[in-house]
Amino acid sequence: MTSAHTAATDRIGHRHHVSPTASAEAASPAGDRQAEYGTLMRKWWFGAAVGVPTMILSYPWLIPGLRDLFPRESPQLWWLWVAMGVASLAVLVYSGEQFFAGAWEALRHRSANMHTLIAIGTGTAWIYSTVALLLPQLFPSEAMTDVYYDVTVVVTALVVLGMAMEVKARGRTSEAIEKLIGLAPKTARVIRDEAELEIPVEEVVVGDIVAVRPGSKVPVDGVVTIGASAVDESMITGESMPVAKSPGDEVIGATINKTGAFRFRATKIGSDTALATIVRMVGDAQASKVPIQRIVDVVSGYFTPAVLILSVLGFVIWYDFGPAPAFAYATIVAVTTLIIACPCALGMATPMALTTGVGLAATNGILIRSGDALQAAKKIDTIVLDKTGTITLGRPAVTDIVPAGGFEPDDVLALAAAAERDSEHPLAAAIVDGATERAITLAAPAGFEAVPGQGIRAWLGERRVLVGKQDFLEAAGVNAAGLEGEAARLADEGKTPVFVALDDRAAGVIAIADPVKSDSVASIAALRKLGLQVVMITGDNRRTADAIGRSVGIRRVLAEVLPQDKAHEVRKLQLEGRTVAMVGDGINDAPALAQADVGFAIGTGTDVAIEASDITLISGSLRGVVSAIAISRATMRNVYQNLFGAFVYNALGLPVALGVLYPVIGLLLSPILAALAMSFSSVTVISNANRLKRFKLAEVAA
Amino acid sequence: MTPDQIFVTVGGLAIVGFVAWFFWLKRTPGVKASVVSDGYQEQMVLVKGGYTPDTIRVAAGRPVRLLFRREETAACSEQVVLADYGKSAPLPTGTVVPIEFMPGDPGEHEFTCQMGMLRGRIIVEAA
Repeated sequence: MTSAHTAATDRIGHRHHVSPTASAEAASPAGDRQAEYGTLMRKWWFGAAVGVPTMILSYPWLIPGLRDLFPRESPQLWWLWVAMGVASLAVLVYSGEQFFAGAWEALRHRSANMHTLIAIGTGTAWIYSTVALLLPQLFPSEAMTDVYYDVTVVVTALVVLGMAMEVKARGRTSEAIEKLIGLAPKTARVIRDEAELEIPVEEVVVGDIVAVRPGSKVPVDGVVTIGASAVDESMITGESMPVAKSPGDEVIGATINKTGAFRFRATKIGSDTALATIVRMVGDAQASKVPIQRIVDVVSGYFTPAVLILSVLGFVIWYDFGPAPAFAYATIVAVTTLIIACPCALGMATPMALTTGVGLAATNGILIRSGDALQAAKKIDTIVLDKTGTITLGRPAVTDIVPAGGFEPDDVLALAAAAERDSEHPLAAAIVDGATERAITLAAPAGFEAVPGQGIRAWLGERRVLVGKQDFLEAAGVNAAGLEGEAARLADEGKTPVFVALDDRAAGVIAIADPVKSDSVASIAALRKLGLQVVMITGDNRRTADAIGRSVGIRRVLAEVLPQDKAHEVRKLQLEGRTVAMVGDGINDAPALAQADVGFAIGTGTDVAIEASDITLISGSLRGVVSAIAISRATMRNVYQNLFGAFVYNALGLPVALGVLYPVIGLLLSPILAALAMSFSSVTVISNANRLKRFKLAEVAA
Repeated sequence: MTPDQIFVTVGGLAIVGFVAWFFWLKRTPGVKASVVSDGYQEQMVLVKGGYTPDTIRVAAGRPVRLLFRREETAACSEQVVLADYGKSAPLPTGTVVPIEFMPGDPGEHEFTCQMGMLRGRIIVEAA
């Protein structure tokens, strides 16, 4: 037995690893759903075909032409009703089969669900009618008792129709993920033995050189080696503008090459590609639970048995205190109560909205990890933006060089660039690039030591070079006071002054600025319009930080924060009683992202599975943060609407079905109306969830 | 009260009592997952109108593999969710779908369909 299991497991595991397209095969939920829909529709048509004549012939005395053919108490009416009894039994057996099978299966598991309620309801109506027909002497009234075969048939038909519409609508909620799966390219043109060869995408291996022609899809993830082009990445990142690609740039599988031709080296294939990871993450998130669902689960665990109890109590009360014929009234009340209760609307309220919301986000390049992240994103009131790479491009450049007495600007840059040559600090790259642009040859440092958040210490031969903050230089015994004024001026312009010292002498200040991304200002304004307090966090000095804060419209700026202290700053904001979202790059900012109530990793490119983040934005634009928050809010609003609707429906429907309005205004619900209401309520919940798809992102981004 | 009313009332209350006991009070001891050669605790779960078995006992500290096999087309059960373990999987009809997780500390965890209509329990026992 065990080996059979293992074999089966291997088979599944294999199928899942092949490619995301595998799940689009016939055995997929989508295929199942189509078959289920077809079956339900056939059952509905059969129920409806029997239902219409049954409805009419149940009350022939109300219809002029039939009144004389089938008068009350007549033997031909009795025979007509016997025929209806047989026809309705056929409907129960064919159209209503899943209710009885489902009820029986649930009963074996000591649980009760919608099937239980409908099966008992329709079954009771049929048995009551049949007993009334065959053994009328059991009934107190001498008149021939009316039958309720119409209830049996019409309720079955309506609920089946409701289920069919539900299956259809469920399919629509998962359209987004199916669209993503459909993006996967089928073939790739790889270079093997100097020849271009078209092969199925599954056969591409890491390291293959892949050729991409204008207008064709990039088959897998990789890095451009030759050529240049513009690539439409909107299907993955949500960015509508094509992105320029040149050697060294990353390309994402399933994006579309626009103009030029290029070749790239495959780095991620099969289930490792960004697209496959996205599909997997979206699927997991859609199947996860919004925290509020746990409460709903507890309620729905008690709901169905509670309805059974209510129905029995309703029967007893109507039998004891109701008007004559008490048995008929009591039966109808009990049946109506069973049928109107809709545990489905309750159960579907959250998952349907979650599926739609997460799918909508994914098509905009936003990956929401789970229902928890979604609910948390709705609650945030403060958003912390890491400056570098989030608000700014994260590619700083040298803008000014102010030498101290006795130094030339190029000397200062040469010293700094030599010292920073092997550093991985982003400012180091700017200095080195600046030196390269000015055609300065870099000396190789003999020794090199980085002090995180402070600066670096390097030895050029016997001479010590310090590059970093003023404090760092002064701590090492260098007097940099003469440069303080210049540094302050540069900092006021939002530039980062970097002090350079040779041995014990200050050599000069290099100003580095990181340009603000083109859409940061608009996005920050949009975040504030959503009612969030926007906070910027940066390792820059206070003046630089404030200058950038001013230019992008952020009032609260946390400056001079060392990388390892970012998480602590987030914690401090949380201690102020705020619910904090943190936006950062997902690698350097991982601890802060994890500390925040919601962590947004931004601009991840193909590294979509950033562990520390709750929400991953594939593109680098802050607009994605705005969209993500707007989608979370809209989704949670939808969840609450659905839950409210489902609760109110049941809270109003059940008492009315039990007949509480009967003593007051004489209102008693017919079981057929109850079936209509029940089907309608579950379809409403799903339609409301589908409404989310029409949510316009443009409105919030403006 | 007439005799038939007394009969209906007493009978009705008895049914109410039975429903409450049947659905809420009685619990099954469950099935203990067996340890297989690769060290996993493994249990096959049939998905048809519910989960069979619906109560699975596992020992703490040893990975668990549940093999779900769905044998119906009703849309209700097309997804199984282990919310506490952050795991879920679509269940295509007629295919065995494995879900693996570490059971964690002794306690009880639910697995459900996406709508929470079908329920099963995982009871983690001290090893």
